[in-house]
Amino acid sequence: MHMADALLAPAVAATMYAASAVTVGASVKTLRKDEATAKLPTMSVTSALVFAGQMINYTIPGTGSSGHLCGGMMLSALLGPQAGFLSMVVILTIQCLFFADGGLLALGANCWNMAFYGCFVGYYLLWRPIMRSKLFGKLGTKAAGRIKIVLASILGCVITLQLGAFSVVLETSLSGITELPFGAFVGIMQPIHLAIGLIEGLITSAVLVFVYEARPELLMDVSCDNGVSGRCSLRTTLVVLAAAVVVVGGGLSLLASSNPDGLEWSLFGNTEAGYSQNMGLDEESYGVSSGAAEAAESIQEKTAFLPDYAFANSDSAAGTTVSGLVGSAVVAGAAVLICAAGGFFRKKKAAAKA
Amino acid sequence: MDKLSQAQSELREMDALAAEDSPVHRLHPLCKLLVTIFYIATVVSFPKYDLTGLVVMVLYPVLLFQAAGISVGLCFYRLRVVLPLVCAVGLANPFLDRTALLQLGNITVSGGVVSMVTLMLKGVFSLMASFLLIATTPIDSLCAALRKLHIPSILTTLLLLTYRYIGLMLKEVSVMSQAYALRAPGQKGIHISAWGSFLGQLLLRSMDRAQELYGSMRLRGFNGAFEYARVPRCRLSGVLFTIGCGAAFFCARYVNIAGLLGSLIVR
Repeated sequence: MHMADALLAPAVAATMYAASAVTVGASVKTLRKDEATAKLPTMSVTSALVFAGQMINYTIPGTGSSGHLCGGMMLSALLGPQAGFLSMVVILTIQCLFFADGGLLALGANCWNMAFYGCFVGYYLLWRPIMRSKLFGKLGTKAAGRIKIVLASILGCVITLQLGAFSVVLETSLSGITELPFGAFVGIMQPIHLAIGLIEGLITSAVLVFVYEARPELLMDVSCDNGVSGRCSLRTTLVVLAAAVVVVGGGLSLLASSNPDGLEWSLFGNTEAGYSQNMGLDEESYGVSSGAAEAAESIQEKTAFLPDYAFANSDSAAGTTVSGLVGSAVVAGAAVLICAAGGFFRKKKAAAKA
Repeated sequence: MDKLSQAQSELREMDALAAEDSPVHRLHPLCKLLVTIFYIATVVSFPKYDLTGLVVMVLYPVLLFQAAGISVGLCFYRLRVVLPLVCAVGLANPFLDRTALLQLGNITVSGGVVSMVTLMLKGVFSLMASFLLIATTPIDSLCAALRKLHIPSILTTLLLLTYRYIGLMLKEVSVMSQAYALRAPGQKGIHISAWGSFLGQLLLRSMDRAQELYGSMRLRGFNGAFEYARVPRCRLSGVLFTIGCGAAFFCARYVNIAGLLGSLIVR
C-alpha cells in the first residue's frame, strides 16, 4: 500500500504531510510527558523488529501464498498509539529512503494511510475498548484475554487496512492522476485489502497472543482486565463501527453511482481544463512572447534543418508537439551522452587508482 | 538470495555509497534534501499530457549521478524491484483515455498513452532523485539536516537508533529463518503452528535487550538526544546549488525547454 510520488499531486502530498506532521507533533508532545527518553530504546528495537518481521513469509494453510505482519496494530499494542505512530513513521521513512518503498513526497500520505489508522484508530477504537471490556468474562481471565486479543487484532487490521486503502484511492483521485473511475478504483482496492487485512490480523494476533501468554505486562491495557471496566463496551464499539460502515459505504455508493469522477470533478473542474489550471497554472502559456523569443525565432530560421516540416494536427495537443518530441529526443540523447561520459571518466579514475 | 539477506546487503551498499567522497557528497545535507523535495514536487506537478516538458527534468539526476561518481545503471539495478510497480500505475490509462492527442503520420497517439508514459517518467525520476539523495548522504548527516529543520529530536534519534538496529534484527531474523528452513525442508514459509512463537520469542528477547540498552546508554550520559560531533556548515556552494537548482526547476516547469530545443530543428 506504499504510494509512489507519481500518484500524488503536490497539493495533496503537502496536505497529507501537514496532517501527518500535526499527528507527529501531538504524539511527541504527549510522549514528552510520558518519559519519552526511557521509551526510545524500546521503540527503536521494536521498530527494527517489526521492520525485519514484515519480511518473514507466513504460510497460509490450504493456499500456496503467504502473508505478513501488520506493523501498526502490533506497535500500538506494545508501545501505545503515540509511540507506535512515531515508530511506524520511522519505519516508513527508512523503507522510503533505503528501499524505495513509497516516495519521499508521498511519505506524509503513507504515514497517514498506514501509521495513523493502524495506531490511533486501531488503538482507540478497537484495541483499548475491546481489551478493557468484560467480554468473554465467563471463560476466565486468560481465555477471555486470548479471545479479545484475536478479535481486536483481526478487527483492527481489517478496518485500518480498509481505511488506509480507501485513503489511497481518495488521495489518488483527488490528485487527478489515474484515469480509473473512482468507483472502479474503490471496487478493486477494498476487496483486495479485506483479504490482506484478515491474514495480517491473524498473524498479528498469533504474535500478540504468544506475548500475552509469556509476558502479559508488555501489552497495553491488558492489566486492565482484572476488575477495571473499560470506558467503551464492545457493543458500543460495534455499533459505532457499523454506523461508520453504513455512512462510508452509503456515501461511496451514492458517489459512485451518480458521478464516477465526482471528487476529481469537484476539485479540479473538468478534465479538459486539467488539474494544473486549477492549481493556478495555465497549460496554454508555455510559449514565450518576448524580444528574446523573437531573436530565438530568427536563429531558429537559420538552424532548423527540417524547415516547414510537421505532421498533420501535430501542434494541436497541449504540450505534446512534434518539435517537443524532437526536443525530448535531444534531451534524452544528451542524458545518455552524459552517462557515457561519466562512465568513461569513472573507468579512467579506477584505472588510475589501480 | 532471500529477502532478508538482500535487505542487509542493500543497506550495506547504501552505507558504502554514502561514505564516498565527491562534490555532491560534500554538499550540505540540508541543501540536498530541500533540492530533492523541490525536484520531486516539480516533477509530479507537470500536467498529465506534458510529456515533452517533463523530459528535460531527467538532466538533474543524470548530471548529479555523474558528479557523484555513481552510475545510473546502479540506480536502476537497485530499484529493479520497485520500478515495475511504479510503472504499472498508469497501465490502465491507454484503455480509459482514448482521446486522440497527436497524429504522427498514420499513427494516432491517444491521450492515455501520453499520460501513461508521463506517469511512468514521473515515478522513475522521483525514485532516481530519492536514490541520489540517500546514496550521497549518510543517515547521520541527514538526521542533522532534519534537526536544522526543527524536526523533533525524538524522531531523529529514533530514526538513527532504528536504522542501527535494523541491521541487527535483519541478521537475527535471517539466522532464525535459515534455522527454521533447515528443520522444515520444502516448506515455503513459517507454519501456522509457529506463527506466534517464531517472532514472539525474538520480540521478548528484544524488549529485554532494549531495557539493557537503555541502562547502558543512561550510564554513558544519554539524555534523550544524540549530540552530533560533526555538523557540516552550510557553505556558499550549498546555497548556490540550492538556488541554482530551484531556479532551473522553476524554469523547466514553466518553459517547455524540450519544445524550444526541438523547434530549432523542426518547424
